[in-house]
Amino acid sequence: MTASNQPAAYPSAAYRLTDEQRALRDAVRSLARDRVAPRAAEIDRSGTFPTDLRELLATQDILALPFPAVYGGLDADLLTICLAIEELSAACATTGLILAVHELASLPILQSGSEAQQARWLPDLAAGRRLIAFALTEAGAGSDAGAVAMRARRDGDEYVLDGTKRFISHGSVADLIVVFALTDPAAERYRNLSCFVVEVPTPGFSIGRLEHKMGLRGSPTAELLFDGVRVPADGRLGAEGEGFAIAMRTFERSRPGIAAQAVGIAQGALDVATRYATERIQFGRPIGDQQLVQALLADMEAATASARALLYTACTAIETGEGDPARWAALCKLVAGDAAMRVTTDAVQVLGGYGYLEDFPVERMMRDAKVTQLYEGTQQIQRLVIARSMLAAQG
Amino acid sequence: MRIVVLVKPVPDTTGQEHLGPDLRVDRMADPAVLNANDEYALEAALKLREAAGEGTVTLLTMAPAHAPEALRRALAMGADGGVLVTDPALEGADTLTTVRVLAAALARLEYDLVLAGSDTSDGGAGIVGAGVAALAGLPYLSAAARIEPTAGRVRVHRISPTGYDLLEAPLPAFIVATQALGEPRYPSLRGIMAARAKQLDVWSLVDVGLDPASVGGAQSTTRVTATRQPPAREATRVIHEPAAVAAVQVADFLAARRLI
Repeated sequence: MTASNQPAAYPSAAYRLTDEQRALRDAVRSLARDRVAPRAAEIDRSGTFPTDLRELLATQDILALPFPAVYGGLDADLLTICLAIEELSAACATTGLILAVHELASLPILQSGSEAQQARWLPDLAAGRRLIAFALTEAGAGSDAGAVAMRARRDGDEYVLDGTKRFISHGSVADLIVVFALTDPAAERYRNLSCFVVEVPTPGFSIGRLEHKMGLRGSPTAELLFDGVRVPADGRLGAEGEGFAIAMRTFERSRPGIAAQAVGIAQGALDVATRYATERIQFGRPIGDQQLVQALLADMEAATASARALLYTACTAIETGEGDPARWAALCKLVAGDAAMRVTTDAVQVLGGYGYLEDFPVERMMRDAKVTQLYEGTQQIQRLVIARSMLAAQG
Repeated sequence: MRIVVLVKPVPDTTGQEHLGPDLRVDRMADPAVLNANDEYALEAALKLREAAGEGTVTLLTMAPAHAPEALRRALAMGADGGVLVTDPALEGADTLTTVRVLAAALARLEYDLVLAGSDTSDGGAGIVGAGVAALAGLPYLSAAARIEPTAGRVRVHRISPTGYDLLEAPLPAFIVATQALGEPRYPSLRGIMAARAKQLDVWSLVDVGLDPASVGGAQSTTRVTATRQPPAREATRVIHEPAAVAAVQVADFLAARRLI
């Protein structure tokens, strides 16, 4: 290997927030602090989807961020979208996920939809009049997304969908569902899936069970049952057999959203822990005077700042096309998810017994953080993506 | 309906404020934010414009040159544009100077209505609105809880100790807003992006027809002789009891101090 090979093997991208990005971030931050944070504990306790906050995100154009201006969107770049998810998640991870899922599930239409399909669905999505969900996972197809068993049979001008999707975020509150189904069981693996947009309610579609989760309790995670659901042929995104590729392309831009959620959760917990350390008196002085507590706080700050720096770099690189976007997306999700889990766990530690109570938000944040290591690909899958990309670059 | 809203960037009161050698607030040392009461006046103006289906909302402020960032929030909320009167000679200006400068700037604008907040969180004099209205020769309708424009006129519900007074005046008129007019909106992200393209005119004292030697801070009729910190708040007692029990304890507490 020669030195001239290095730039390709070590892509990097510099980011610097623009004035506009700072202004948008600050606006979402103040909205999150004033309107979202006061609702977070109740959303968690009741396990109820916050329709009021969904409305708020629509009214304030936050849901419009990922969409082109021509369809009423704000044409925001990936970093700006992630800044919004981060700020919302620092107050309430369930609310941050509203934007993250809205973006995730819109990506197949944005990336692979025809002009007619975009004109049909994007205006409603940008205005927040409709929510959209992303339905890939099944009982037998989790990390092994290529194992989707749901069938889509062509019948004249329509497809007929049969099967069951599981763990679908917003599945029970969405008006549009992006569904991945097997169109050609005889075809080669990873080339046998197709992607469809299903408008619900529609005959044959129903909600199965709603999961009871450890965290993100206000975000409905639904089982979706498709029993002979008919989708017009123009509801198919991309070509037949392109479904798996569409899903993978989606993750290149959606995983940073989950990393942003993780960074937000970590920052939220860090803020609570830092304030607590200055207020809680033990041995006659604030616990923040104790070096062992200082070490916890410093490590939490280091983990959060590193994860954020990698996330912003990844967003910039993905947007400018430097390096493998899948690797960047996996890198920032891996690092941020682990940071969120560690920082929230340590935040509970700083608060001691009080951190274990629901009177303080850090136990909720710790429960919410866990899923960022699991969904949109487990941390183990992220490592596979990263390593394969590294090794492929050598070849 | 052409509406001018008087606004003021004030030091962000969430931080420790810095005083200059003249004991006045050092406006360059602290981040400036839009005065909170002005946001209520702006919200009322935006609602009037929306109800009319046409018109403009123009901001007018006298402030140091770094004020535009604080005014971006007002533009993002929906103001169409603004005028910033700024001049090195205005440093240390007192209330009277502020009144004269704003009135002189107002004379160069076309408007049907002028709205102002009831006071500012820094100076707190609460008389700039009345002064500007007097100098501009405008009907002055204060403490507005409700504003109803009619053809060529405006009616205001003015808060009074017993309810409200009904005031009516021909346009153009000057109205002082209260918080009863309704909560200010949050700027939408679309509004924030649009705000960056909106125009903020910057005028000097000469531009508004005033001689810097006659109105500058050097002519200030007031000066700060001393400042002191408010006394530290005493220990707070928080009652964690059911409402019925807590109410009795609160009443006992107040009665013991002859407050009720």
